[in-house]
Amino acid sequence: MLANRKLILAHFWFAFAVFGVALTLGAWQMFIRSPIGTWLSNPELYYRSLTAHGTVMGYVFPTLVAMGFGYAISESALEQRLVGVRWAWAGFWLIVAGSIMAVIPIALGRASVLYTFYPPLIGNVFYYLGVVLVVVGSWVWVALMAVNLRVWRKAHPGAPVPLAMFANVAGSYLWAWTAVGAALELLLQIIPVAAGLKATIDAGLARVFFSWTLHAIVYFWLMPTYIAYYAIVPRAIGGRVYSDTMARISFILFLVVAMPIGMHHTFADPQVGAGFKFIHSAFTALVALPTLLTVFTICASVEIAARLRGGRGLFGWIRALPWDNPMMLALAFSFVMLGFGGAGGLINMSYQLDASIHNTQWITGHFHLIFGGAIVIMYFAIAYDLWPHLTGRELTDLRLIRTQLWLWFVGMIVTTFPWHWVGILGMPRRMAYFDFGDPAIAPQALSVTFSAIGGFILLTSGIIFLVILARGMRAPQADAGPYRFALAVHQPATVPVALNTHALWVALMIALTITNYGYPILTLALTEGTSVPAVYVGAQ
Amino acid sequence: MSTRDLFTFRNGHFKIGVGITAVMLVVTAIAGFIVLPFAQPWVQFANVWDAICSAAGVPRRAASVTAPEQSKRLSDVVLTSHTLSRPSQEAIGRGATLAQRCAICHGPTGISRADSPNLAGQYAAVIYKELHDFRSGARTNAVMSPFAVNLTDQEIADLSNYYAYLPRLPAYHPTPLLPKPNIVIYGAPIRGIAPCGACHGSLDNKTGSPWLEGQSEAYMKAQLQAFASGERRNDISQQMRNIARAMTPQEIEQAAAYYASQPPDVVKAVD
Ligand code: HEM
Ligand SMILES: [Cu+2]
Repeated sequence: MLANRKLILAHFWFAFAVFGVALTLGAWQMFIRSPIGTWLSNPELYYRSLTAHGTVMGYVFPTLVAMGFGYAISESALEQRLVGVRWAWAGFWLIVAGSIMAVIPIALGRASVLYTFYPPLIGNVFYYLGVVLVVVGSWVWVALMAVNLRVWRKAHPGAPVPLAMFANVAGSYLWAWTAVGAALELLLQIIPVAAGLKATIDAGLARVFFSWTLHAIVYFWLMPTYIAYYAIVPRAIGGRVYSDTMARISFILFLVVAMPIGMHHTFADPQVGAGFKFIHSAFTALVALPTLLTVFTICASVEIAARLRGGRGLFGWIRALPWDNPMMLALAFSFVMLGFGGAGGLINMSYQLDASIHNTQWITGHFHLIFGGAIVIMYFAIAYDLWPHLTGRELTDLRLIRTQLWLWFVGMIVTTFPWHWVGILGMPRRMAYFDFGDPAIAPQALSVTFSAIGGFILLTSGIIFLVILARGMRAPQADAGPYRFALAVHQPATVPVALNTHALWVALMIALTITNYGYPILTLALTEGTSVPAVYVGAQ
Repeated sequence: MSTRDLFTFRNGHFKIGVGITAVMLVVTAIAGFIVLPFAQPWVQFANVWDAICSAAGVPRRAASVTAPEQSKRLSDVVLTSHTLSRPSQEAIGRGATLAQRCAICHGPTGISRADSPNLAGQYAAVIYKELHDFRSGARTNAVMSPFAVNLTDQEIADLSNYYAYLPRLPAYHPTPLLPKPNIVIYGAPIRGIAPCGACHGSLDNKTGSPWLEGQSEAYMKAQLQAFASGERRNDISQQMRNIARAMTPQEIEQAAAYYASQPPDVVKAVD
């Protein structure tokens, strides 16, 4: 039962509202730097928009979705009222306050530093403080997830923690630890400079701190999606999870190997030794493992559903799947985008191949395909699945929902495929203007135009999504019953302690962070003369 | 079972989890720190420890490279965004006295009536740098150089603070506002020219770059041409020379005319 529906709805609504704004900015960016837009003549406006888009899409939106979904999981999977509701509201309001605090300087053009901060570029201090508030608010959630699980364990000694909650807490621990990197960068390095206490900054060290956050944050974004794969989709299509153990192992692996690999974002940086880059690259290869396990387990779970519905044959069962069920559709789209995105990721993680696409539009194409595509389409699915339980009203317009998912899928492919392509041709990212009249890049104009059209398809889909949710608030009342998660084929009666708790894996995560980051951070921090003068946005 | 039963090698999961992780770490470390460094035939290591240090990124002094001889003097001014950022009232006052000598060309209010640059409200770091360059000979001008050679560091700082303190006034010979030419709006990305505003803009000012609105058209044109021909070379790292060289003569004219027609930038004046 969901007792705290208002809390969860508040998280989702704020998340999707800011998502709508950032999506509009994204579409505008696409348009304005494409050959079909007339250039607005002020690059500064582009970077304001880009900073707002990245900050919202990277920090605010997914965090709120993970939090709202996390509270829903805690209440429904544990069948226990949320402990610490006041704290949860406090965390929520911290995030609201932080977002507003960050967005004002961005809108005024005082913090056009992009969401990766880019030191020695330094913006207005309130921008960074706002981001810190968002992170602190999310840490409240982490603590609450741990507390709620603890309370439940006390009441159910030795019982297997429901899979959804086990995964949810794993995701929250991953986030707690990975956010430390950016927090150190902000608190020790950037904020003192932005506040005028220091005038120089060690940009190389700052980038290493940021890489600590940058990889595992994407797995934090991914967690709700993976939980939906395992815990929602099989139930929604009438199947069962093929293996509960396999699922737990996947989430554990994410916890251990998502963290010590962030230096694949610093392959081109001179301040990091090649040996460490290699270790991070090798561990990056390992992170494909939990994803492959997941793809296998989910395909098997889906096959179970199909066979239960009378599907037969080696592949004939695929036709027996409930394709008109939005959850099925979302899963299929998500997997296709995950597949293409994953293939692109193989290029990024390789030290040598990365050099050819580093800082090109390939990168933005890649993370939009995986994040905006494979991950966010499941956020939509989660919202559709939860909405009737949150509002007490039915979502009746399945056709519109399917249209929305189709548009998001098609829009994302039309946007990101050409985006990758121009990246291979060498088009740099984070540029406000391209002179497509110049013969050197004129041939890329067509691809960029397609991308921009895809952007508008996505915008349309996003608007439909918001309309569906808003209409769902006013539909006739209907009791959706208790909110449940998928059961496994063999629902476990007992689970080994290692797979029922997180301690061992959290310990390994921290240990690997120390081995893989300790030396580079210490040497950079202790070496004299590595700081450079800060460059203030909008300062003289 | 409790965590006490978990963190022990008697627990199979613990053994496997820690074991595999440790093996992975050791194998990748050996590959990354020993095997791969030696797999690069073009790098020579004295011994294994040397290879490990290199792969770990232990900081070392780079072999000292002697800079190529320069036939002409280059600027040796170091600027940061904090150069002269907090002037005292006394410094401004001393600057005002010294500036009487400059008024004949740069105008009593810092607005030139001839084609010398306007200095009123110019960034302190800009005036500071140019005076240093005139003094050292990195920039030369028949009229300015003799004035600058006798200035002390203190006098240069005072003058810079004084002019930065003066209010920005409209140019002495106002001209009708011109529309922004493309070279100012977009630069020319393919030729490596950033939009002028990326450095000379109001929100986006890069330290050491002057604001240009209302400067004399003839003066700006002459400077761009001097940068393009290499006659003027006190810009740090050739920042302006690279741009001016890639500009066409028409673009130089358009940019100079456009900036000359603009009123002083009020955004900055109130900051
Ligand atoms: C859920 C959907 C999306 C997410 C999570 C997302 C996230 C992001 C992030 C994190 C950045 C990086 C910002 C930076 O480089 O500082 C970015 C950049 C960008 N996004 Fe999105 N985005 C989404 C949707 C879209 C859509 C739909 C469009 C187009 C219609 C779009 C267009 C852009 C553009 C043009 C950039 C700048 C790329 C560059 O110049 O480097 N985004 N986005
Ligand atoms: Cu990464």
